[in-house]
Amino acid sequence: MSELNDLVKEFLVESSENLDRLDQEFLQLEQDPGNRELLASIFRTIHTVKGTSGFFGFERLQRVAHAGENLLAKLRDGVLELDDARSDALLRTVDAIRAILAEIERTGSEGSQEYAELIAELEALTAQPGAVVAVNRPATAILQPTPEAKPATSAISAQPRTQAQTQTVALTEQSLRVDVRVLDRLMNLVGELVLTRNQILQHLGHSQGALAAIGKRLDGITSQLQEEVMKTRMQPIEAVWGKLPRVVRDLARQLGKQVRLEMEGKETELDRSIIESIRDPLTHMVRNAIDHGIETPEQRRAAGKPAEGCLLLRAYHEGGKVTLEVRDDGRGIDPAKVRAKAVEKGLISRAQAERMSDKEAIELIFAPGFSTAEQVTNVSGRGVGMDVVRNNIEKIGGNVDIASVIGQGTTITIKIPLTLAIIPALIVACGGDRFAIPQVNLVELVRIEKDKAAAAIEDVYGAPVYRLRGRLLPIIDLAKELQIPAQERQALNIVVLQADEHQFGLIVDEVLDTGEIVVKPLDKQLKSLSVYAGATIMGDGSVALILDVYGLGTRAHAVTGDRERQKAAAAASAVEAREPLLLFQSPDDGRMAIPLSQVVRLEEMRPEQIETTGDLEVVQYRGDIIPLVRVFQVLPERRRNPRNPEAGVPSDILPVVIHSHQQRQVGLVVGRILDTVEESLKLQRPASRPGIKGCLVINGKVTEILDVEAVVRAVVPDFYKG
Amino acid sequence: MIDFAQSQRQYCTFRLAQYHCGIDVLAVREILRYQPMTRVPLAPPVVKGLLNLRGQIITAIDARTRLGLPPREGERKPVNIVVAAGDSGEESLASLLVDEIGDVVSVDAASCEPPPETAPPNLREVLVAVCKREQGLLLLFDAARLIRISASATA
Repeated sequence: MSELNDLVKEFLVESSENLDRLDQEFLQLEQDPGNRELLASIFRTIHTVKGTSGFFGFERLQRVAHAGENLLAKLRDGVLELDDARSDALLRTVDAIRAILAEIERTGSEGSQEYAELIAELEALTAQPGAVVAVNRPATAILQPTPEAKPATSAISAQPRTQAQTQTVALTEQSLRVDVRVLDRLMNLVGELVLTRNQILQHLGHSQGALAAIGKRLDGITSQLQEEVMKTRMQPIEAVWGKLPRVVRDLARQLGKQVRLEMEGKETELDRSIIESIRDPLTHMVRNAIDHGIETPEQRRAAGKPAEGCLLLRAYHEGGKVTLEVRDDGRGIDPAKVRAKAVEKGLISRAQAERMSDKEAIELIFAPGFSTAEQVTNVSGRGVGMDVVRNNIEKIGGNVDIASVIGQGTTITIKIPLTLAIIPALIVACGGDRFAIPQVNLVELVRIEKDKAAAAIEDVYGAPVYRLRGRLLPIIDLAKELQIPAQERQALNIVVLQADEHQFGLIVDEVLDTGEIVVKPLDKQLKSLSVYAGATIMGDGSVALILDVYGLGTRAHAVTGDRERQKAAAAASAVEAREPLLLFQSPDDGRMAIPLSQVVRLEEMRPEQIETTGDLEVVQYRGDIIPLVRVFQVLPERRRNPRNPEAGVPSDILPVVIHSHQQRQVGLVVGRILDTVEESLKLQRPASRPGIKGCLVINGKVTEILDVEAVVRAVVPDFYKG
Repeated sequence: MIDFAQSQRQYCTFRLAQYHCGIDVLAVREILRYQPMTRVPLAPPVVKGLLNLRGQIITAIDARTRLGLPPREGERKPVNIVVAAGDSGEESLASLLVDEIGDVVSVDAASCEPPPETAPPNLREVLVAVCKREQGLLLLFDAARLIRISASATA
């Protein structure tokens, strides 16, 4: 018996997932009514539900699914057209199935609801080709099914059972439900495996032979395993948003409003557990926005706005947190109304209301027992609303913020932490410890050699500042801020950080590396330390703290409130075009990049291939003689004591970038090729020397963008002529 | 069976300065020898650092600091007792740094007494009972409270 229960449970879970997908497919179908593939997919899902419910003996469920399936079959085969009435009936079929499933989950039986009305309506809609059935048709009229419809349905229901069973088996084989805690443990263990692998590889060193080969294999398998396990834990926000189009559609129809739902950042990944906990609050906010926020088409036209309201959902990662926005372009929240309502409800006194700022007044909507709906609808306005939303979000360590402009709309911003997320980070050292700084906060890196360091940091009444391209940048010394002894510094390393709309420079002992880190939460007892966003495990198995840039800035008073402006700025900067770049090493471990559009090919050449004609170095290349340009010899050295200009270039093999103009080709001898990346070519720093276009921070490293044409012209002056 | 559990319990014993101490063995997840830790700047002094326990990051709490004992001297490294404190379903782990680990002993409820009124208040909030043994007194602590960084410990 318990085995059957397990099977039933599995059926319930699987079906509810399938039904969620159905909702979306139906809505897509409304946009594209002729799409056979969608119809076929919907048909299959309903068919599976029907088959499985028959298998378990859930007769009511089977009957409902069966009626829906019949209609779908006709639609799929093109016998009938999908119209509003049919689409509505089918959506209600999904709802009915969902309701029965919920009943089964709760009580183990199907309950007493017969859904005779719905079934009759479905049958009527199936029976009448082409005819549009009025949605409000009195139910009694179609309660008695036509005699010819009955035998047809029962004839079909007997046959596809075995087929449905095999389909269910196939589905369960494709997906398996795993307890999130198991994934957590798996994730931790894989992390450890990676570290053990690293240690083994270190021991093996450059040894050869069987053991080395095994080590390599272990290396490959471990990396792959890690990647796969990581994937299991994360889900795109789409998993929650997927349900919303249906909610929006139904609600808008019900309220006689026109609402367009837009989504940005669907792919933003969130921890599975967080996905679950934001589902209800998010749905609630969306309902609120449509009910309270967006006006009716008439009101909107009167206000000079398009009749169709827009509801925008945005999701993005920011500073180790996920930000979710629900923005509508509706009537906004009137602080005066909110004040009056709150006084009327006895939540605050009149005097309190008068003292309150508009912002504080708007925040009152989060107060328990508050509701501004003039009319209590079945949608919202029952007073259990935003306070529950806020509670739920705060329970998972997030916060809710609201901003509203009368007549223009309301934006609700939720910031939630990632209990487990992978973020790119810059690793720095300070006081002998390593710290991770989330890459999103990183603006650029400034390195000032020791001899100039003392003069570089100036003082404004005890507040250190640095002149960054003529602008004063407040400086925070990490060692001082954390009260740890700094180490001997070879140079002054300033990490320029952005926290909200403020920038500040953080002095660290050393900038070490960049990499993807797994954010792990700190002990609850350490949560009060706002300077840390969590901790992570480094490659050698030790623990490193992740700095919370906002918290750090606040602690050092470099950052103060007002987050709205920064958000607008962040949004504006996110839309810049990106261009692929080829990264290579420059002398002294620097980095340079060439736009990939200027690269024809990459070649490796041996020094003995190089010949000279006059004072020009040339090589024979694909039956041609092409000049060579040694990039690092052309570029003027910017350091006072030039080191070996060819240091970044391997001596035995020369990496050569082939660049062409019209029919002519030239080879640029560069440093070790590192990578190709996509980056916006908005230079963050102007050129520091000729032959360089400017600087960018790429993967946390300051990278010079080579001015290919200038460099080539320096050696082959007439290369671009003609 | 229940009577037995009530009258006799097993305790994991350890040494802290000159004291013999014990915590309920059921709260102990594992014993680890000393490992390098990552210090947490600005954290309360009882927090000695963070440990990587097979991928899980746990906070190490110095039992000496927690109980107001003088800091450890000499070369000997402390030992980690990984303790689970289950508050409301979610089990949280922390490590307790002690001087030396001892045996697991059975303690008879009859041989125990509540802590003396004269014990310092910060001790009495974590000290459950004192067990009179032939070899000397065994101080029985509440593991969950011991790993809680209380306000008094922060001050």
